[in-house]
Amino acid sequence: MHAHIRRVRAAALLLCGLWPLLACQRSGPAPTASPTTASTPSTTTPTGTLRLTGAGATFPYPLYAKWFYEYQRTHAGAQFNYQSIGSGGGIQQMTAKTVDFGASDAPMSDEQLAKSGRTILHIPTVLGAVVAVYHVPNTPGRLQLTGALLSEIYLGHITQWNDPALTALNPQLAGVTAAIMPVYRSDGSGTTHIFTEYLAKVSPAWQTNVGAGKAVQWPVGIGGKGNEGVTGLVKQTPGALGYVELTYAKENQLAYAAVQNRLGQFVEPTTDSVTAAAAASLGAIPADFRCSITDADGTTAYPISAFTYLLIDPTPADAAKAKALEGFIRWALGPGQELAPALHYAPLPNALRERVLATLGQYTAR
Amino acid sequence: MFRGTDRLFIRLIGCAALSAIGVQLAMALFLGHGAFPILAHAGWGFLTDSVWNPVLDHFGALPILYGTVLSALLALCLAAPLGFGIAIFLAELAPRWLRAVVGPLVELLAAIPSVIYGLWGIFVLIPWLRDSGEPHLIRALGFLPLFRGPAYGIGLFAAGVILAIMILPIITALSRDVLLAVPNTQREAALALGATRWEMIRIAVLRYGRSGLLGAVFLGLGRALGETMAVTMVIGNRPDITASLFAPAQTMASLLANEFAEATGELHRSALFAVGLLLFVVTLGINALARVMVHRLVPQRRSVA
Repeated sequence: MHAHIRRVRAAALLLCGLWPLLACQRSGPAPTASPTTASTPSTTTPTGTLRLTGAGATFPYPLYAKWFYEYQRTHAGAQFNYQSIGSGGGIQQMTAKTVDFGASDAPMSDEQLAKSGRTILHIPTVLGAVVAVYHVPNTPGRLQLTGALLSEIYLGHITQWNDPALTALNPQLAGVTAAIMPVYRSDGSGTTHIFTEYLAKVSPAWQTNVGAGKAVQWPVGIGGKGNEGVTGLVKQTPGALGYVELTYAKENQLAYAAVQNRLGQFVEPTTDSVTAAAAASLGAIPADFRCSITDADGTTAYPISAFTYLLIDPTPADAAKAKALEGFIRWALGPGQELAPALHYAPLPNALRERVLATLGQYTAR
Repeated sequence: MFRGTDRLFIRLIGCAALSAIGVQLAMALFLGHGAFPILAHAGWGFLTDSVWNPVLDHFGALPILYGTVLSALLALCLAAPLGFGIAIFLAELAPRWLRAVVGPLVELLAAIPSVIYGLWGIFVLIPWLRDSGEPHLIRALGFLPLFRGPAYGIGLFAAGVILAIMILPIITALSRDVLLAVPNTQREAALALGATRWEMIRIAVLRYGRSGLLGAVFLGLGRALGETMAVTMVIGNRPDITASLFAPAQTMASLLANEFAEATGELHRSALFAVGLLLFVVTLGINALARVMVHRLVPQRRSVA
């Protein structure tokens, strides 16, 4: 009996002794958000390396990951750790001062800025497009949709693909007898915010019945979680109509519609037509860059476009971090922009880039 | 008569037991604190209102409560008979080698990540339900309001099926262990009195182990109520109350998974905390109910003296 207890005790002691060793081994090659942190050819000592922590929007994450990788490869001294937890999370963490920079697709509201208790600068980095994807078998060519039609479908007023309002623009739908199944993002998301804000701008009925937001009360349809959830549902369900970021539509080879813009042109979503939407809105972009560019003017502008922002504190306590972050932003708005189109993000128009850099300079000159 | 290491041991396990109460209390306080603003704002309306509209800061949890309870019950209706069947077969009828093969295979179902169930749901189950499963059910049982409406594949029914598969290993493994723990003298006595194989199982085994079987069902129910990812992927995420099982719905856990990350408004966040609190209360209530039922089934519980 005693021998037994002793044996158990010995085993327990052994386990306790081994535990730190095991734990150590496990945490050794810990996966980090940026695959390069370990292999960066750093010329500075490890203590001289700055760690910049950020959190926020999921939408620009693929591009930001690429940017961090490339920047760390060519610029020693800064390591980035970015958690893509969603725009709301980015704003919250920025407000709680737990991160060095935030990221959001929708700009912070005046109320949110007031609550944060400090200046937060919005830096537009690139633009994205929300595209209307559909799954209608045996319909050649790209569908043409208007904002009014999209809102009618999502309000539940148009329910069939061969509705006269749809076939007037798309004769190829005349023989399609399928019902339309609208698909929306069930999770709160910047994508939904952009899409519903556009519908609210072009349709008074949408504005009064639903409104705009990251999560809204959808009159009809089915919700998929995340861009991938919506993509999956649209791909799987004949008759489905959904909305996702351009990247997801391209990578999953979903059909997406050309949408009529303010000037009556049907425009395909491309990085060029999205940049054009920003360029056409230049005069209306305020000094703090917080604005919406959906339903933009300009003949070649794609109407469901939006900025994505980095949120930074222009006068932080840690000067070294601020300098490193500024260096990164200058790079991202310079050579970094060339990396965007390959990943289906639209670069900022040149005139806007200069404005952003000038604003950044004002703060750092102090 | 405790001394030395014994006393230390008893203190240690006492602390462990009390920590369970502490954790639950802390959880309730944390959720209650977060839920306070919306409860102060909406009162009982939060439970009775069926509109969930974050744009207007209008939050009613009734449809979400409905979806949660209905999907879990549906899962239970599918999984409990199947799980009992497997358990009875494994414990009473299967040859030893088959028991050694099938048992672990069923338990393996518990090791599959729920996102895999969700993906399987989207790519395999939903197309099948849409194209053949649900149309057949509508033809056969369409006279009931439960089985009417358009067959999207996605919806409460798909969620119930996925949940059933996910809780099957819990129900099966626990009931098998309960049945195996029934003393052989019980079986021998029944057989000696002239019972057939089935009567023996019914009278001597199932009745003897019923509190354990009920416990297995309630553990499965608990899992079904709290399951998040797989349900979110197949339930359609609409906070509506509809009679049809084929309609999209929403559960508390999937609503939290959907909206928590991007909830920036004060009331919206608070409403989500309140949903968490509601889920906590519902789970607590079901566990209490389970205790009462087990107590009723087995009036004289022997306690270890």
